[in-house]
Amino acid sequence: MADSAHNLLAASRVRLIKDRIARYGVTAGGVMVLVALLLIFFYLLYVVFPVFRPVTMEQHETYAVPGTGKTLALGIEEQNEIGFRLTDDASVVFFAARQANKGFNPGDIVSVEQLSGLTGELIVTMSTPASQTYAIADEQGQALVVRPDFRVTFPNDVRQLTPFVSYPLGEEPLQVDQQGQPLKHFVFERGETEATFAAVTADNRLIVTRLLGEEDFMTEEIEWQAEYYAIRTQTHDIDQLLITPDHRMMFVRHANLVDVYDISQPDAGISRLQTLDFGNTKLTYMDLLSGASSIMIAEQGGTVSQWFQVLTEQGREFTRIRDFDAGGNVSIMTSEFFRRGFMAGTTDGQLSLFHSTGDTRLVSKQLAEDSIDQIVFSPRADSALLQEAGQISYVDIYNPHPEVTWSALWQEVWYEGYKEPDYIWQSTSGSDDFEAKMSLVPISFGTIKAAFYAMLFAVPLALAGAIYTAYFMAPEMRTYVKPTVEIMEALPTVILGFLAGLWLAPLIEGNLPGVMTLLIVLPAGFLAAAWGFHKLPKNIKQRLPEGWDAAVLIPVVIFLGWFSFAISPTLEMWLMGGDARGYITNELGISFDQRNSLVVGIAMGFAVIPTIFSIAEDAVFSVPRHLSNGSLALGATPWQTLTRVVLLTASPGIFSAVMMGLGRAVGETMIVLMATGNTPLMDWSIFQGMRTLSANIAVEMPESEVGSSHYRVLFLSAFVLFIVTFVFNTISEFVRQRLRDKYSNM
Amino acid sequence: MKTWFKSGSPWVWMTAGTVSISLVAVLGLLLLIAWRGLIYFWPAAIYQFEVRDQLGNVTTVVGEIHDREQVTVLQLRESGREIDGAPTDLVTRYLVKTGNREFVDLDFRWILETDIISRSQPTNMARVERTKNGNFYGQIEAVLEQGKPVAGDVAEVLEQRIARVAELTDGMADIQHSDIGGINYKLEKIRLRERGDELRDRLTQDRIDDYNAQREALRTEYLGYEKELFALREETERDSVVIKDMRGESVSISMKYVLDVIYPNDMSVLAKAGHWFIEVGKFISSEPREANTEGGVFPAIFGTVFMVMLMAVVVTPFGVVAAIYLHEYAGKNALTKIIRTAVINLAGVPSIVYGVFGLGFFVYVMGGSIDQLFYPEALPSPTFGTPGMMWSALTLAILTLPVVIVSTEEGLSRIPSTVRQGSLALGATKAETLWRIILPMASPAIMTGLILAVARAAGEVAPLMLVGVVKMAPTLPVDGNFPFIHLDRKFMHLGFHIYDVGFQSPNVEAARPLVYATSFLLVTVIVGLNITAIGIRNHLREKYRSLEH
Repeated sequence: MADSAHNLLAASRVRLIKDRIARYGVTAGGVMVLVALLLIFFYLLYVVFPVFRPVTMEQHETYAVPGTGKTLALGIEEQNEIGFRLTDDASVVFFAARQANKGFNPGDIVSVEQLSGLTGELIVTMSTPASQTYAIADEQGQALVVRPDFRVTFPNDVRQLTPFVSYPLGEEPLQVDQQGQPLKHFVFERGETEATFAAVTADNRLIVTRLLGEEDFMTEEIEWQAEYYAIRTQTHDIDQLLITPDHRMMFVRHANLVDVYDISQPDAGISRLQTLDFGNTKLTYMDLLSGASSIMIAEQGGTVSQWFQVLTEQGREFTRIRDFDAGGNVSIMTSEFFRRGFMAGTTDGQLSLFHSTGDTRLVSKQLAEDSIDQIVFSPRADSALLQEAGQISYVDIYNPHPEVTWSALWQEVWYEGYKEPDYIWQSTSGSDDFEAKMSLVPISFGTIKAAFYAMLFAVPLALAGAIYTAYFMAPEMRTYVKPTVEIMEALPTVILGFLAGLWLAPLIEGNLPGVMTLLIVLPAGFLAAAWGFHKLPKNIKQRLPEGWDAAVLIPVVIFLGWFSFAISPTLEMWLMGGDARGYITNELGISFDQRNSLVVGIAMGFAVIPTIFSIAEDAVFSVPRHLSNGSLALGATPWQTLTRVVLLTASPGIFSAVMMGLGRAVGETMIVLMATGNTPLMDWSIFQGMRTLSANIAVEMPESEVGSSHYRVLFLSAFVLFIVTFVFNTISEFVRQRLRDKYSNM
Repeated sequence: MKTWFKSGSPWVWMTAGTVSISLVAVLGLLLLIAWRGLIYFWPAAIYQFEVRDQLGNVTTVVGEIHDREQVTVLQLRESGREIDGAPTDLVTRYLVKTGNREFVDLDFRWILETDIISRSQPTNMARVERTKNGNFYGQIEAVLEQGKPVAGDVAEVLEQRIARVAELTDGMADIQHSDIGGINYKLEKIRLRERGDELRDRLTQDRIDDYNAQREALRTEYLGYEKELFALREETERDSVVIKDMRGESVSISMKYVLDVIYPNDMSVLAKAGHWFIEVGKFISSEPREANTEGGVFPAIFGTVFMVMLMAVVVTPFGVVAAIYLHEYAGKNALTKIIRTAVINLAGVPSIVYGVFGLGFFVYVMGGSIDQLFYPEALPSPTFGTPGMMWSALTLAILTLPVVIVSTEEGLSRIPSTVRQGSLALGATKAETLWRIILPMASPAIMTGLILAVARAAGEVAPLMLVGVVKMAPTLPVDGNFPFIHLDRKFMHLGFHIYDVGFQSPNVEAARPLVYATSFLLVTVIVGLNITAIGIRNHLREKYRSLEH
């Protein structure tokens, strides 16, 4: 007896444990849903976050300048391991730039390469950063072009960098000045078979020397032929020269002016295109941004202005675009290799990092006590080398997404080559120098536009339908209508999109007057049918059970639809001279896309109708009967009862239905992808397309590089969608809950 | 009239009208898809037109009428066409599919009614379905065997030869996919094993020799199959068929390209109906050809079904457990409210956001980690760290989770509480009550939820475009190579097929009927699933209504 009781107890303990396990398991499962939602939220945020992380610039290692001589130029290779100096005793000193566990301490010399053939005092210039090429000129006006290079080997599976110097234009110095004078300033750019030098000689001549290369068939070596040009100029105090990497333009800075010369065809004459005048402000430095469309000019006081060519009435002219503040007199500037970023160092040792199109000073720091002598970006712009008073510092930079800023995403930006600031989304292009333009405004606009037209179509139809179905329709008919609407909801959007793009769009284009007619004819037809029915003899009228009016109207809809399309060509002839499309484009001056907002509105409206319909129908249907019965008993007509009692009571539910529909319209992808041209336009016109956030993600996400700014901005747009729909859904759910509570009290 | 307006009756009619519009739109849409989708398989008559062009030359055009439309004379004039008549006159023009792509500039051309001198349906006109260059239309003159005509009834001989080639091609496909495909798969496995050994520092000379021996064996095997394949290929090239095309020239087409020959003008309605069923069968069971614009959709059906099944396996337990929590366990507190809001929000988040999340989290984070841990030998080429079947199923599982929850919860709430109380009063624990009483009673509701989830997932395309769907998958996710189910593979999907063929294909005009057919297939499946779910639900409601009283 006791034994069995014991057994019973033991068994029930097991059962209780099982019960508890089940409780915990199920609770965990319930919480999983919340976890899933939070996971989506935080993961999206996690990917987006680096875009908005503040830029940092840290001085890591500082060491005495390695090697001998005075530094003429500094550089660092892609892995930020080995830096190099070009010195005034004609050598290239390679040294360990930072602690990188290769058996060198920062500042240790890795190797030294002596350059030959140069005599006397030397000066150095660097060509466009991406080419990593330097030219060194000597007292006799001749220059040697060198490129510090790195060979990667894997002895014992360990990566090893071996520095060496290559000579892209041959190991013999080239004569830059025909008269053999020393050069005061000089710049140089090279292409595959041409190279251009521009220089100011000691006797103040401004010269341009162009080298044209010809391949020797026997030795396969390139022979360089020099052509010498002199520019007549009155100025003797030239401070700085720049030429563009495409050998087309030269900038000459002197005092408070910058002269722009066209050197594209020096044999046809070198002409001055424009002079940028800064009035009384003295200029301190200038530099080209990567891509060489923009020139940055620093003024006394620390203002750095960006200039690029803009199409004006006088043709293409350099225009002042925007200003930056470097915080002091700029002694040196350098630009990033591939992005539109640059650094400016001041005479009092302050270093600032900027991004031109982002229109921001990203970070600014006092990195030296005195004037910064040399500063150079690493190729990936994630570090820099800085020289100041006998010391070199390695500066670590965290700046992966300078182009994505709040203002670049949501405000007008003046991009290179554009006439004016604008909202532009253009994320990719074939060209290397291309700058991604990522404004979320046009695609957000597209989203709103698409949702607007969809709602314009869907809300009246869905709400009126819901009201009728819930309030007037016969219950038997309702059992057919509701499942039909549910099936409408289940239709895959890819099919709606396909029909919209390939069937509806051409149909509407061909029958535009018919579609317009339909808008007028349908309501009129309904009224006429109602009147006709009203006038029917009583005995016929009574045959139709109450609440089947919608069924009666189905043939009317079909007839009117057919009628509108049948008279469409005639109307087109009458009103639009036979060609609706041409009429709209030529007479009304509205451009017409075949896949336009009208098509999207109808197709997406079709997708949204069931969402709105079923929630609104629920809301109207669950209005307590005693309210409407009371109203009817007091003598109100059914319509009065509906508008004054039922709708008022159900209005929060109807509101929540519309919000739900809006949420769906905002996030819909396939329909807009297939039924619009997907061009990011900013135009409310019903006859033009758009690009929405969701379609943009669908189009560009598969091609975007993981971790790039583009990738993160696409995640940001997904996050925006998430938040927007979250707000809509939560509001609508909240309102609905309140309504439910209210009804249960009635 | 005024009193009539005052009574509000016209406004009631107006609201009724909107319901009618919606109904007409839904039904019209379904009918449109059905009509366009089904007519694709009906053998169309082949017409022979004598057409006079603007210069007065008369040419013969043979083909199917693909479409017709009415244009005004004015529009024609504006497009540079000289034509008589008042500007408002309407002229019919036909879009004729002439086929014979390799001999004409365009295989579709518009012909004006007014240009047609005569139109006939000549008997003996054949439509030759080919593996390359689309259909060929013409009159069959002879069947050649090694260049010499074969005696006998041409149609009969042709039928035999088509069957023969079909058999040979089947054999070739068999060798290519199963045998040679299997060898390639094994070779890749050996490479990975070798690389794995190398990474784990246990690649001894013995193993290298062993791998090389295995490779050698496979290579010999491969050469054998290759020889067999070449022999079969040569066999298929033996016969050819000579056809007189619309230019009046005799064209010889190698039999290896010929899939089927029919004579639509000579077929009775019954024969056409029979052929219709054969075509439908072929559409469902065969692989796509010519950049998906011809042939069947079998891989897409397979991919869709497999992915959806996988998703169902994942989503059902989670959805049901969450619903049980919400309905049976959750107290009336803030957490419950938050979870409810989460469910509603999960249902409302745009599907593309799930795609983005799936790509970032599942593919790159989870897939990337799996690759690091379990497939280091295959790196840098990813195994699971790339869009694929598994991630698609998981992504869609989160997407459809709310559907299952909502439906199951509705089912649970319909079970009268007396049933629970009865069970508890008899001494069962809550878990036992759930497991023995509630869940079995709720199973049809769970089923409904599952069906709705499947229907939703089958139609969803946007997220899949990011997490695993491709336009052309070389292999199915299930095949004869161990471990038989390859969840890392990319797959084809009916919905994406529609998007891809309808919008990305080079010859949209030719592909459009196929897109309608695919759409019809997808709509049928989804509407069918939904009607089933609605049926089950209504049945349930009835059942519990009787229980309550």
